Amino acid sequence: MASSNHTVVIIPAYNEERAIGALIAGIQAVIGDSADIVVINDGSCDNTAIAAHQAGAMVISHPFNMGYGVTIQTGYKYACTMGYEYLVQIDGDGQHDPANIPALLKPVMNGAADLSLGSRFLDAGSYNPTLIRRAGMIFFGSLVSMLIGKRISDPTSGYQALNRSVMAFLSSDSFPCDYPDADVLLMLGLSGFRVDEIPVRMYANCDGKTMHSGFKPLYYVFKMLLSIFVTLLRKRTRYTGAGRPSEDAD
Amino acid sequence: MPIKQQIFSLILCTLVFLFTVDMVRKHKLREEYSVLWLGTSLLMFVLVLKYDLLVAITNFIGAGLPTTTLFLCANLFLILIAMQFSFRISKHSSQIKNLVQENALLRAELEQLKKTPQL
Repeated sequence: MASSNHTVVIIPAYNEERAIGALIAGIQAVIGDSADIVVINDGSCDNTAIAAHQAGAMVISHPFNMGYGVTIQTGYKYACTMGYEYLVQIDGDGQHDPANIPALLKPVMNGAADLSLGSRFLDAGSYNPTLIRRAGMIFFGSLVSMLIGKRISDPTSGYQALNRSVMAFLSSDSFPCDYPDADVLLMLGLSGFRVDEIPVRMYANCDGKTMHSGFKPLYYVFKMLLSIFVTLLRKRTRYTGAGRPSEDAD
Repeated sequence: MPIKQQIFSLILCTLVFLFTVDMVRKHKLREEYSVLWLGTSLLMFVLVLKYDLLVAITNFIGAGLPTTTLFLCANLFLILIAMQFSFRISKHSSQIKNLVQENALLRAELEQLKKTPQL
């Protein structure tokens, strides 16, 4: 571990030179020196890496753009390698309010959950997504809630805190790198990890950038349904919470 | 099958077979990718020569004409080749992803080491 901290905050970032400095300052104001901040620069064309470094974060840079899923998995792999116990992931575009980091970490740190998921719908002050996105979120949220037996209101949230077991689990090749959200929650839930939802504040992206433009929403729906279906068919390793995971022959 | 059609098919199969072998010889095509090409050209060769076998298969699958069976075989071959490429591309994508991540982590570690004062 680069420092004596047990917690790392990872920030996946692609072309976020304008937002990243303020975000890092915001995180530092909330957590102080109690956690390390690592920006995973996903092959940005602008000065994201320099801006993040100047703001005081450690920077890991992909040689070229690989997408959001690969970027956060690089963060998981880094945290695992460096021996961190807890990880918070927060988007680099400033949509997530860093003030919620302690609340997100609390259930993970006190052992009440393996992953705490920030939900914009449990916080009255968060922005409202477009109707189509909201419909998709409700559909996949209901599907995952039904399958894992735990209510999930915001399955696409990238604002999360997780413990070391989840980090190790998500560092494997079974992690779905394109649009990892509802299917990851399903994988975790079916593998015995405890998922908890925490109200967090999310703001609309002022740049208007989105991962879901053009035909991507159609691909997203197709991919997510397929991914959920094959996740249900797969043989699973069940996490028992104490020691090594056990195999389930289902 | 008319003799002209038969000769043309045999020449085509032979050319595909020889071309594939030559590509493997020159290391331009890996052995694992040549299997389907060689297998298909051999199968077509046999089917053209053993016309009775082709007719039997045609009757078995319910096709109208033996040439339809050959056409179906060609289509099946193309599907298999496309699937093989899809499998390979998926595997390579995963390998590239792991390499990129490892490269990024090693680079970060190297930069950290450079910053650490030497004893």
